[in-house]
Amino acid sequence: MFGLRGSSRSRVALAGALSAGLVFSLAACGDDKSDSSGSTDAASAGIDCSVFSQFGDLKGKTVSVYTGIVTPEDTPQKKSYEPFEKCTGVTVKYEGDKSFETQILVRAKAGSPPDIAYVPQPGLLQQLVATGAAKEAPKEVSDNTDKFWGKDWKAYGTVDGKFYAAPLGANVKSLVWYSPKDFKDKGYTVPTTLDDLKALSDKIAATGSKPWCAGIGSGDATGWPVTDWVEDFMLRLSGAETYDKWVKHEIPFNGPESTAAFNAVGEYLKNDKYVNGGLGDVKSVASTTFQDAGLQILEGNCSLHRQASFYAANFPQGTDISENGQIYAFYLPGKDATTKPVLGGGEFVLAFADRPEVKAFQYFLSTDTWANLKAKASSGWVSANKGLKIENLTNPIDVLSAKILQDPNAQFRFDGSDMMPAAVGSNAFWKQATAWIIGQDTTTTVNNIETAWPKK
Amino acid sequence: MLSALLLFAAVLGVILFLASRVRGKRSDTWVGYLYLLPVVLLLAVGLVYPGLRTVYESFFDAQGSAFIGVDNYKTIFTDGDQLSVLGNTIIWVLIVPVVATGIGLVYAILVDKSRFESFAKALIFLPMAISMVAAGVIWKFMYEYRPDQQNVKQIGLINQIIVWLGGKPVQLLITDTAKLNTLLLIVVFIWIQAGFAMTILSAAIKAIPDEIIEAARLDGVSPWSMFVKITLPSVRTTIVVVLTTLAIGTLKVFDVVRTMTGGNFRTSVIANEFYSQLIRADNQGLAAALAVVLFVLVTPIIVYNIRQVRQEA
Repeated sequence: MFGLRGSSRSRVALAGALSAGLVFSLAACGDDKSDSSGSTDAASAGIDCSVFSQFGDLKGKTVSVYTGIVTPEDTPQKKSYEPFEKCTGVTVKYEGDKSFETQILVRAKAGSPPDIAYVPQPGLLQQLVATGAAKEAPKEVSDNTDKFWGKDWKAYGTVDGKFYAAPLGANVKSLVWYSPKDFKDKGYTVPTTLDDLKALSDKIAATGSKPWCAGIGSGDATGWPVTDWVEDFMLRLSGAETYDKWVKHEIPFNGPESTAAFNAVGEYLKNDKYVNGGLGDVKSVASTTFQDAGLQILEGNCSLHRQASFYAANFPQGTDISENGQIYAFYLPGKDATTKPVLGGGEFVLAFADRPEVKAFQYFLSTDTWANLKAKASSGWVSANKGLKIENLTNPIDVLSAKILQDPNAQFRFDGSDMMPAAVGSNAFWKQATAWIIGQDTTTTVNNIETAWPKK
Repeated sequence: MLSALLLFAAVLGVILFLASRVRGKRSDTWVGYLYLLPVVLLLAVGLVYPGLRTVYESFFDAQGSAFIGVDNYKTIFTDGDQLSVLGNTIIWVLIVPVVATGIGLVYAILVDKSRFESFAKALIFLPMAISMVAAGVIWKFMYEYRPDQQNVKQIGLINQIIVWLGGKPVQLLITDTAKLNTLLLIVVFIWIQAGFAMTILSAAIKAIPDEIIEAARLDGVSPWSMFVKITLPSVRTTIVVVLTTLAIGTLKVFDVVRTMTGGNFRTSVIANEFYSQLIRADNQGLAAALAVVLFVLVTPIIVYNIRQVRQEA
């Protein structure tokens, strides 16, 4: 149709020229690697390089790291690797990707995994191990994990009795954000039991304002903040052992325990007297993004917002986040003042290669040395590493989180929806919880989630 | 990356070399086949095989390990959530092509040969340049809800207008009474696609021979019968092509739904549900089955479309 009547020779020449041009222009695009080694000013003050000699001479080797931690949080990450790179001569190639959680599975299945991945969910960790591409953690890392973390944390990195991944960072989800200044002005006190929390909410509601603000909008992931609420109350009302069974589906999802947890959450989130300060009626919980909801505290439209430690980053720059400032958080209390269940999350370091340099890097990340280096380099980061010195943390919320994690009474449990099978943990639970917020009753909700559980 | 490109260049080189060697009477035909070869191979590897594989996988369970027959299809046509997905897709495919083509046609006729034609056309064509995701984000703000409270300001245009008119703000994207939220998502898609319909139809209208129009004018036809008797029949095939193209695009709609509601509040459509089953719910089988259903729905439209284009040509 283009009237190809020229000689075959000229056609060949034209096509050849075109394809050569294409090759060169594509090659030019492909080779543009971003330069990740920014500052040369290493914070290598006082790290012991000799520990790495057990892994042999690693000079000139490269370790690739793939993670969901992207800007701006990746800068302190990269910075904290510099002492290791200086000591060993290994280059750490860092790759942050927002869609890490789906891409890592694709890469593992396709046979092109990175050397190291920071896996944010034990459930995903199990899926990755099931692909057969993951490598067990070396003994040195396992020993470090025994030394620096609690048994619960080690268990999350273990699949079928084999230890794969040491924890990296952690976050605390059982937090309630509030304004200390406002509390002082109005004479409210930080509650220490669940009953206190209820009484406080009633007290604020009695003044005519809505005590809580909440939002569960998160695009495709809408609904997950409710699952955190439910998990927190599951942990508080039924205890950690029942919680573990619930997560593993040893008790049904539509049993009395989760019904009670949903109903308890409903007393807050589906209560017209309690929500949704500055945002509308109960239904507005579903349409508000979780990022936006807590900002209403600054507007004075609500007093309480339950969200994880990472929420600190959502407040505008310049907000005074501290114990006596504009914004701070308190621990979402347990049933009584002595039990301290903590809901949280964290990442795990999973290796797909067992070259010495990879092992050395895994070892480095599992030490208290790294935890303290990272603590100094960043704000808004905390680890459950027992070797982490609280004085190295600069951010008041990090200090609070570390104190909660290191409390001897603390009973840490990992975010349940992150450990349930994807069909439940990242689909039915989210969807049904969203439907529940906009009016669906509890029985239908828990029944629907139970049905979604994959049959064995 | 580089090696793949070199390989690509090498393969091309070999083909071109072979093509230049072909001699004889039917050499043109042979060169033609030779040039087709990589395309056919790539189609087989990149389209035919994955297609067959998807059909095969749709008969397996979530992990793709156990054969479960037509259970996945049964789920699609019986489960309440999935039925609402199918229903929404039908609403989309019934409304979008007709309304978008209608708007495009009327607009094309109205601005035809007017003084501001190109400016007016640019106005309606501009949304086409916006990606669906961006359009979703923009319109999310249009529909945004804030409560009717003293120190709270509306930030969504639609609700602000409602408030100005003395009404109460509505949670537009959550309300699924009378499928309000689905219809509001459809508005976004039409906003993007009307420009496409207008451009194609305008070109077709301009292609109507001037003699016919002049003859009709001399006969003294009214503007209405000019439209019904001259314009419409002349652009009939183009309308069909636009309608079918839009219908195919509508069946595949994904970005708008995903960015605006994430498929919550009963607004999900097949393409979105397919994605969330595969990526979020980790249910390979059901996702494959949904993809097959989508394929089956699109096929007749494509066949019809191709036949129309052929007839025209």
